[in-house]
Amino acid sequence: MNILIISIVIMAVLGGVFALLLFYASRVFHVKTDPRVKKVLNVLPGTNCGACGYAGCPALAEKMVDGKEEVTACIAGGEEVALNVGEILGVEVKGAGTKQAARLHCAGSSSHSQELYMYQGIEDCNISTHLADGFKQCDYGCLGQGSCARACPFFAITMSNDNLPIVDEKKCTACGICVNTCPKSLFELVDVDKHVHIGCSSPHPGKFVNKVCDIGCIGCRRCVKVCPVKAINMKEHLAVIDYEKCVDCGLCATVCPRKVIFDSQAGKRNKMQITSECIGCGICKKVCPVGAISGEKKQLHTINPDTCIACGRCQPKCPKNAIIPLKDIADEDINRSD
Amino acid sequence: MIGEILTLSVVAIFVNNIVLAQFLGLCPFFGVSKKLDSALGMSFAVIFVMTLANIVTWLLWTLVLVPLDMQFLDTIVFILVIASLVQFVEMAIRKTAPVLYQALGIFLPLITTNCAILGVAQLNILEEHSFIMAVFFGLFSGLGFTLALLLMAGIREKLELVDVPAPFKGLPIAFIAASLLSLAFLGFGGMFVQ
Repeated sequence: MNILIISIVIMAVLGGVFALLLFYASRVFHVKTDPRVKKVLNVLPGTNCGACGYAGCPALAEKMVDGKEEVTACIAGGEEVALNVGEILGVEVKGAGTKQAARLHCAGSSSHSQELYMYQGIEDCNISTHLADGFKQCDYGCLGQGSCARACPFFAITMSNDNLPIVDEKKCTACGICVNTCPKSLFELVDVDKHVHIGCSSPHPGKFVNKVCDIGCIGCRRCVKVCPVKAINMKEHLAVIDYEKCVDCGLCATVCPRKVIFDSQAGKRNKMQITSECIGCGICKKVCPVGAISGEKKQLHTINPDTCIACGRCQPKCPKNAIIPLKDIADEDINRSD
Repeated sequence: MIGEILTLSVVAIFVNNIVLAQFLGLCPFFGVSKKLDSALGMSFAVIFVMTLANIVTWLLWTLVLVPLDMQFLDTIVFILVIASLVQFVEMAIRKTAPVLYQALGIFLPLITTNCAILGVAQLNILEEHSFIMAVFFGLFSGLGFTLALLLMAGIREKLELVDVPAPFKGLPIAFIAASLLSLAFLGFGGMFVQ
């Protein structure tokens, strides 16, 4: 009985002493923290996944409040979290809404490209690349051993049967891990609303490319010539799209003799027509990259179907929704006012 | 005295290495030995807390528990001490040395649940060390933990580059490497007969 009482007293006293000590310590050693840190922490996912590069959500929240990290830094949270954090910190979220995804700048799958030698080693691009720049004759070619697929934390990359990674743009969060993993730097983060991309990274002359790969860019410049907005530049013997200028019209994809420019919207675009709803504001005229729209101010504008490249840029800009695809025009009476 | 301390250092760091010979603190040993820098951060936090915990538990043991004949309360009292101590140290460091706080980061609060700290405190009273020896025992045990963790981190960083058979990838091969490392440390066993 005595032992019981003494042990209870000891524990109570010790507990009390430590509690008091901690209480005073928290007063004495109080560090003023920004109250916004707690608020930011509440809107972060709280899974401490570490995809942002910090040790858990609290560390990221502090960096965000300090302004050392963008409000869009939370990869797992995506746009929604970025908007919430932006609201707390009074930062306008830039670029939110233009979701990005990784694109592969190589189409040289096993069946399209030539091998340099038989590789029998560890199935990992980052290892096999050390042996004579990889086992493909093209030193810019995808080695197809799936290092990117294994590195992707969101399981957005799968390997095709022809040993080429396929990015699932719905799952891709544009975290950039595959960009850094690929030893050939074949991935690029591109806005998902840009549907056209060039599947080659080789700046070698066409003669060499022709020999090692039957799909690589040979530098014929046909896409450069056809581009209405001069968005395609030549990097040595390789065509590169400048996505700042690209209007996503898909013309380059139609002229490429090697079919190495891919356009996921091919055949889905329509030429445009202006209905009688037009008030002649002239906005569409300004956004048209090829000058296919004509008309005086406050007069009905028209689109020349011969010059229209079906890029569709004018449609969302029209304040009156008077621009509709050419195919559906039969449903509308465009000459109602005449 | 100095000779005693030197002997203790060899015994605590090599012969009775806290991880590789006594198998304490295995959770952080495998948990944070993937990268050298995080292993280093964890090690410093352990050295720090282990030494402090040894000082406080030794004082409590000799001044409170032994005079009152309440030795059986050691485990619960020590846990209480370690938990409060870690909290206290975290607050103190955050205020006085923000740089150190940043460096130790998440590892400091994690140490509360590190069994090596409690284990060393228990061994300390079991071996009836004097106060000064208790302090050094904590310090050297922490250094032993550091040595094991850094060796393991180095090995695991190399293991990443090796073509390990699929079933052994990750933790299994780490366990095998740890067991070999432990066997190697058993070689120190015959150095001192206590």
